[in-house]
Amino acid sequence: MFRNQYDNDVTVWSPQGRLHQVEYAMEAVKQGAATVGLKCRTHAVLVALKRASSELSAHQKKIMPIDGHVGVSIAGLTADARILSRWMRTECLNAQYAHDRPLPVSRLISDLGNKMQVCTQRDGSRPYGVGLLVAGYDESGPHIYQTCPSANYFDCKAMAIGARSQSARTYLEKHLAEFPDCTWQEIVTHALLALRDTLPNDMDLTTKNCTVAVVGKGMEFTIHEDEEVAPFLAKLEGIQRRGGHGAAPAAEPAPLRDEPAPEEREPRPDSPQTMEH
Amino acid sequence: MRFTTSTMDLMPLQASQPFDPSKYRYTGPNVQPRQLPNTRSQAPITTGTSVIGLQFDGGVMIAADKLGSYGSLARYQNIGRLMRVNDHVILGCTGDYADFQFLRDIIDQKMIDEECLDDGIVTRAPALHCWLTRVLYNRRSRFDPLWTTFVVGGLDDDGKPFLGFVDKLGTAYTAPQIVSGMGGHLATPLLREKMDGQPPLSEAAARELLIRCMTVCYYRDCRAFSKFQIATLKAGSIKIEDDLEVKGDWEVAHFSKEHA
Repeated sequence: MFRNQYDNDVTVWSPQGRLHQVEYAMEAVKQGAATVGLKCRTHAVLVALKRASSELSAHQKKIMPIDGHVGVSIAGLTADARILSRWMRTECLNAQYAHDRPLPVSRLISDLGNKMQVCTQRDGSRPYGVGLLVAGYDESGPHIYQTCPSANYFDCKAMAIGARSQSARTYLEKHLAEFPDCTWQEIVTHALLALRDTLPNDMDLTTKNCTVAVVGKGMEFTIHEDEEVAPFLAKLEGIQRRGGHGAAPAAEPAPLRDEPAPEEREPRPDSPQTMEH
Repeated sequence: MRFTTSTMDLMPLQASQPFDPSKYRYTGPNVQPRQLPNTRSQAPITTGTSVIGLQFDGGVMIAADKLGSYGSLARYQNIGRLMRVNDHVILGCTGDYADFQFLRDIIDQKMIDEECLDDGIVTRAPALHCWLTRVLYNRRSRFDPLWTTFVVGGLDDDGKPFLGFVDKLGTAYTAPQIVSGMGGHLATPLLREKMDGQPPLSEAAARELLIRCMTVCYYRDCRAFSKFQIATLKAGSIKIEDDLEVKGDWEVAHFSKEHA
């Protein structure tokens, strides 16, 4: 059942100084369908790939609105994400009620980080098994934040999380310099292209399996689903998928055994390579 | 103590006789009845009188005298009732001075907490005005009001002058000129005469008008005082003048029948 003797509880350290339960929770994020977030100077967008658990079920919701100026996209345990998003909604409403202005995104995220940290340090609880991409717009401009089950959070220019998201991050890194000057329609296209790179060869983005959300200057957080996504997808037609992406390995299982890390390791697929700080 | 526990409804720890359920009467849960509303907050003690605020072209100005009255006794003659909240907000307080000090400490701590976040986002006047509304309304709803009226001044998110009023019931409004307390009856007509339907005042004209209002209040309001302060807020600067004084001319008193 357990992979080693140091992962019975989140509060137990391994001799190498690792918390295995927290690392397992980080793995849960990689099981979730991919989602991509990026921003230009005026807007932040989220796109997500929706999966259906069976032919008979509807596609699982991936993007949730939090407040007029914030929304989240999830990868990992949906139930945990719902608890976190409910909490974030309450925080935003309370701030709006008390101060008559939207809660600044950075403050929302640091409070969320504090909340998530608690369950990586107390026994009897488990970390939240979900990674979030938070898109928001406030007086300091558009924001994309990534949060992890380890309670780390990162202020990003662009980020992708979830299954096979390394391909999307590769795309984002390649085009990072272009994003700031784009219009929001253009960054939606970039985001969808990045998301498309995470798909296996025999799949493509359709109006059924993807969601687009935008927030920005003069624009409330808006989610586009189903037919509303069609105009965005139309922009992708004629743009070739990058060759050889099918060979991109699915997120490789990170070494979990309690052994010293090899000298040169591939960057962990979840490491925030495009964060600002 | 108004309510003492009856021993009737408790089972003795060591029964001298066998417990007889038929004789036992349950008298309900042993809870303390609600305390009567406290009366401590039903009247102010040390009070400050009017605060006068007005908007001018590019900022706001608030004036208040430096007296803390103890009923009709002019008890504390050199206390400030104006407060610089941060670089963007000033406020003045009418009413109970202790309640003002209580809220001032909370506001100061709020600003320190915000400073510690160091995220470059600051509380502006509309946000503080809203927050005060919530706090004061909450306290009046608990039948324990903070016996104060606040005039909050600053610039809003668009850099336009903002002036707001909140009283001890949580009633709130914003206006280009606001007077709290007795001065509401005395100074408001003077301010409206110079401001209503006219272009914004210059800073100098605003200051002159404010001093005129303070003078009239000093003559007419028995709780007013000659020494007063003026706080001026413009984009990027706050100035609090601390040593102003109304030079009263009481010669006119002889025209009054009572003083003849």
